[in-house]
Amino acid sequence: MATYDGMFEALGLSDWCEKDSSGGPMTMAQLLAQSNGGAEEKTPFWETPFPSLDELNQSCDAIARTRDMTSWVENLFLSVKDGLKLVLDPITQPLSWALDGSLWLFETLPWFVVIPALLLIVWFATRSLALVGGVAVSFLFLAFIDHYTPAIQTLSIIFVCTGFSVALGVPIGILMSRSDTLQRISLPVLDMLQTLPTFVYLIPLIFLFSVTESKLYGVAIILYAIVPVIRLTDLGIRLVDKDVIEAADAFGMTSRQKLFGVQIPLALPNIMAGVNQTIMMSLAMVVIASLVSAPGLGVLVLRGIRNLELGVGLVSGFGIVLLAILLDRVTKASLNRINAAQPR
Amino acid sequence: MSKQAKVSIKGLYKIFGATPEAMLSAVYDGIGKDDLLEQHGHVLGLQDINVDMAPGETTVIMGLSGSGKSTLIRHLNRLIEPTAGEVLIDGENVLDYDEAQLRRLRQEKMSMVFQKFALLPHRTVLQNAAMARIVRGEEEADAEKAAAKWLDRVGLAGFEDHYPHQLSGGMQQRVGIARALASDSDIMLMDEAFSALDPLIRTDMQDLLLELQEELHKTIVFITHDLDEALKLADHLVILKDGYVVQQGEPQHILLNPNDPYIEDFVSDINRARVLRVRSVMKPINGTTSFEGVVDADDNLEKLIEISGGDTTHAYKVQRDGEDVGVLKMKDLVRALVPAVPSSDENTLR
Repeated sequence: MATYDGMFEALGLSDWCEKDSSGGPMTMAQLLAQSNGGAEEKTPFWETPFPSLDELNQSCDAIARTRDMTSWVENLFLSVKDGLKLVLDPITQPLSWALDGSLWLFETLPWFVVIPALLLIVWFATRSLALVGGVAVSFLFLAFIDHYTPAIQTLSIIFVCTGFSVALGVPIGILMSRSDTLQRISLPVLDMLQTLPTFVYLIPLIFLFSVTESKLYGVAIILYAIVPVIRLTDLGIRLVDKDVIEAADAFGMTSRQKLFGVQIPLALPNIMAGVNQTIMMSLAMVVIASLVSAPGLGVLVLRGIRNLELGVGLVSGFGIVLLAILLDRVTKASLNRINAAQPR
Repeated sequence: MSKQAKVSIKGLYKIFGATPEAMLSAVYDGIGKDDLLEQHGHVLGLQDINVDMAPGETTVIMGLSGSGKSTLIRHLNRLIEPTAGEVLIDGENVLDYDEAQLRRLRQEKMSMVFQKFALLPHRTVLQNAAMARIVRGEEEADAEKAAAKWLDRVGLAGFEDHYPHQLSGGMQQRVGIARALASDSDIMLMDEAFSALDPLIRTDMQDLLLELQEELHKTIVFITHDLDEALKLADHLVILKDGYVVQQGEPQHILLNPNDPYIEDFVSDINRARVLRVRSVMKPINGTTSFEGVVDADDNLEKLIEISGGDTTHAYKVQRDGEDVGVLKMKDLVRALVPAVPSSDENTLR
């Protein structure tokens, strides 16, 4: 029999153990032991197993096995799922609409409209001909090697998710900067969101939202990418020169006037640095989110991995790097323009 | 006193720490600053401050760093809340004000000039100067018109569209002063307004302030650690040390009658001939008939020494606005130049 039999007997728990030996499904080890004719072998001392749930169960049926524990967690999650869904579904619905709408728009508009439109945006954000040229060459190249559609899909998802992240993150950051308590509560949450392996997000999300809905990957991307914009908004507002804030108070500004007239403008360089980080993190996540049906270049990378199509994976990977460089350069250049317009 | 004080501070205490109210009784019983810190871990910021500031006068609060002068000025517009006491402005206790009343006070009655200028870096000079008016809801165009007038008055015409960082320190502080003046408030709080400027520019700014005060008659509360600056600007001088008022009064009077070794030590370093004025040293006209000349009551003694060529037998008729007000004998002048207590033991207090 099992290693820990003696222990339960010594503790006088044998009766309690036998009480509800319902005889659930057997483990493979038990089956093997049975087929071996139940030959009793004394376990050598050096091979004493750790008293884990499974080990203890062998000696005492009253103790649950690990797989009972995991299925218990699963059932718990499934039982709260419906309630959560009831709340989360309507809240996140606009995200689905925005993602689908933007994908539809980018895919429906012909390339000869979309590419010039992107170039115009780059020009207004950066006023740099070199960057406009760089973006033009990159996109024409991607289009030339037939990667235009996935690239534009990836870009569209990033736009929407960054938009949502900024729209939610900046107000959260402002609230955090005003309340030390809220900051103390939020920082561990933000730390967790940033350190959780990205795959781990996906598991509960798959159960919460259907894989056919685009908000599934939208929520995953936003949860991951919203952190820097929150952090840097909070930091930026807290770093605003105390003397200037005092002057604003001394002249009787309301907290609204102070927020929009002093704090946000002076924190803008930091907030924009947060937006830059948020964009880069959405790009990182949109690739991983291809696992849960996010369209774009990530799908091609995934195909490369799954089917060992080395060339497909490498070329689309290169496309992602190209997008990352472009997004980073363009946002940094527009950040520099803001900094230049607002020296300290 | 004949006229009601514009700003009146009565029995003001400020204790910094976790439970300042609980410390109050100990402080009323006269516990010292050091004992309070050692036994209770609280810092006594200000103790029993009583100052009356007359309308249209410049009150200078002087003290070394750590004396609580910057804390004191921030009590006037409640940037810092006192632990006990009253701050009366036009007879109303500011500490009873709710948020809206306090905001109106800051918007309309008081303006402030800061040591580090504290201009908005993302706004132009003109927008900065118009800030006070825009904050209280005036039309931008009207506010900027008023602001432009004051910028011109402080000598910054033509710099309206510059940004603060494009200006030198002295010019930035001119913007700070224009911003305070443009609010049309009766009371101006100046927190070490000129301390960050280099000496020549500081003198310029002091002259500018005196010139403006000549025509505007604001109630100015000026904080400084520089005695020369204090004596130059003050109508009423308050000397602060370790959070309490050592002596207050007319600056010339303090200079001639210091009542504390701390102040004696302070005043021993300054050029008395430059600071003392004829009116402080003159005597009534009692039959003196032979005058070497006529001088103004506000001339300083240095100028008189120059006029007399150092001859101590001379006597001068003192006039103010063309009226005879007294006589100044050079002997009295020389006597006034001797510090009240010869402070050969200068180092004992440092």
